[in-house]
Formats: sequence, C-alpha cells, structure tokens
Amino acid sequence: MSNSTSKNRRLALVGALAVAGAALAFISFGNIGENLVYYWDPGQLIAAGDKSIGATIRLGGVVKKDTIDWDPDRSELAFTVSDGVAEVNVHCTGAPPQMFREGIGVVVEGTMTKAGIFESSRLMVKHSNEYKAPEEGTSVEELYKTVEAL
Amino acid sequence: MKNRWEIAIGILGFLMLAVAHYIGLFVSPAEAMMGDVGRILYAHVPTAWVGLLTYLVAFIAAIGALLSGKAAWDALVEASVEVGLLLNAVLLIQGSLWAKPTWGVFWTWDPRLTTTAIMVVAFGVVLALRRQIDDPQRRLTISSVATIVAFVNVPIVYMSVKWWRTLHQNFSSPETVDPMMVIPLRLAAFGMLFISTAFVVRRWRIAMAGLRVDFEAPDLPAAPTPLKVED
Repeated sequence: MSNSTSKNRRLALVGALAVAGAALAFISFGNIGENLVYYWDPGQLIAAGDKSIGATIRLGGVVKKDTIDWDPDRSELAFTVSDGVAEVNVHCTGAPPQMFREGIGVVVEGTMTKAGIFESSRLMVKHSNEYKAPEEGTSVEELYKTVEAL
Repeated sequence: MKNRWEIAIGILGFLMLAVAHYIGLFVSPAEAMMGDVGRILYAHVPTAWVGLLTYLVAFIAAIGALLSGKAAWDALVEASVEVGLLLNAVLLIQGSLWAKPTWGVFWTWDPRLTTTAIMVVAFGVVLALRRQIDDPQRRLTISSVATIVAFVNVPIVYMSVKWWRTLHQNFSSPETVDPMMVIPLRLAAFGMLFISTAFVVRRWRIAMAGLRVDFEAPDLPAAPTPLKVED
C-alpha cells in the first residue's frame, strides 16, 4: 500500500472527527433549543400577546383539573392547558385519544383566536416515562372507556 | 463449520425474544394508562437500544477502517450500517404504531422523532455512497468519513428527550417501570442484542467475500458492458 493513501486516510479521519466533534459541540452547547422549540407553554403563548394570533402554534402543558367539557352530541371538546402558573383555554372537535384525562400532559396544534381561545386542530396526549400496572381491581376494558367517562 | 457460533447466538436470541414476548404479552400487567397497547414497549425500546449500539459499532469500524485501510474493517462498516438501518426503520414503524392509539397521531415533528428520521436518511446515504464507488480504497475512505459524520446524530437522538421539549417520553429507568415490566424488557433487549450480533457477523462474512477480491485486485477491469443491439 502506498504511503500517500494511508496519509490521506489519516487526514480524512482527523477531518471527519473534527467535523463530527464540532457539530456535536455546537448542538449540545449552543442555544439551538431556545430558538427551536417543539411547543410553547401557556406562559410563553400569553407573553407573545397579539403576535400569537393567527399563526400556527403548538401549545403544551397539563390538562387542568375540572376544566374538561366534552359534548358528545356535537363532538366538541374544551379544556384548559396549564403550566402551573399560566393557563390557556383550548377548544377542539373530535373525540380525544383514549389516554386523554385530567392532569395528563398534552400538546395541541392550532391557532390563538382574538377571543383568547386556542382553536386546536390536532390534539396529542403525552405519556410520562412511568409504566405502571393498573390499580388493583381495574380491568383493561375499563381503560378504553375514557371518552364515556368524560 | 466456522459460522456455528453465530448461528447459535442467533437462535439463542430468537428464543430469548420469544420468552420475553410471552411474558410481556401474557404474564406482565397491562399499562395503567395505555392498557394492552403499552406492551409494545418490550419490542420498541430494545430495538432502539440495539439499533443505536449497532451504529456505535459502525462508528468504531469506520475509525478502524481509516486507520488500517483493511477490508475487514470496511466490511464491518458495511455490515453494521446495514443492520443498524434495518433496526432504525423497524423502530420508526413500531413507534408510529404505538403513537397512534396513545398520543393520537402516527407522526409529529418532535425532536426525538425528527432526529430519528434524519438518522435513517444519513445512514442510508452511507450505503448509497458505497454502491456508487468502485475503487475499494476510495470507497473505504469516503464511506467511513460519511459514517463518522452520520454518527454525530446518534448521541443527539439519544439525548433529544433530555435536551428539548418533546412529545416522546423521557428516559425511563427501573424506578419508573413496574418490576414485572422490567423483566421482559431486559430479556427482549438481550435477545435483540444477540440476534443483531448474529446478523452483523453474517452480513460481515458476506461483505468480506466481495471485498477481499476488490482489495486484492483493485485494478481488475470492470465487468464488460452488455452489447448494444443496433436497431
């Protein structure tokens, strides 16, 4: 094997590792996270004020207790998303996913209206990193009746 | 037979996976919020772990290939990238199937999902590059560099749930998972690890069969182009 090819390979290795290291450092230590967020929390949405009206936004937070209003006849759902401090009222149509309930994390996609209600076109339910067995005496079938229980 | 042990480890892996999923489907409890759907955990999480690990093997093999210039390391790059890509694709399909009944959507551009999709594309490019280059030394150098650069994304995929807001759940640990769920999860993880090891070794042998010839006689003329029939 000629010396020049093995020298080229070493150069390629050093170059590749340098590029890889720089890219990783940029992403992990840079503040990309501040500019690129998957969702806003209610506090950020409210702080944006009128700027948020009309734009497509993802809003994430927890479904506040005693705020779920489900109208099965018109298939309309209203609830409040909270981050513990700020709150936003959300309205959407269609049956929510089975896991939807009070106190669970949700991410909703939609737009803020002038009336101050977040009109959601897509409701996503977040599962925590806890995987637990059902409480004693609950059957699996009951888990699927959440919509009826709302 | 020199490939006896890899067949043995593959069979052992399949048996462990079968036992793991039997326990996961019939012995372990359903998940408190997701119900029976939650049992896909035992397939999805091991696929993710072993997939990322296979890409780590590819990264190490790429460094070995660039340092040595040897066909054996080059073949390991080809084998581990291909098996990693397979696991990565399976991972995305499993994730989608799990996401629809639980999150409510098949797909969303959250950081974990987005970086995982980028990972498929990046390592797919590595394999595509390998098919495009005929000179074995050039192929080794270029595909190893591409593998090292593509690997940057792997720790990002892993850390994405910690670094950014996601819909995907954060890391779970034995403290956050029911003990009866930890057992099939661990067993399936080792089963996947053994199966994938057998796949990589087998794929490495196949790659070696071709590359050995390439590396020993890189100047052989290319296969003749088929005759064109004038019309």
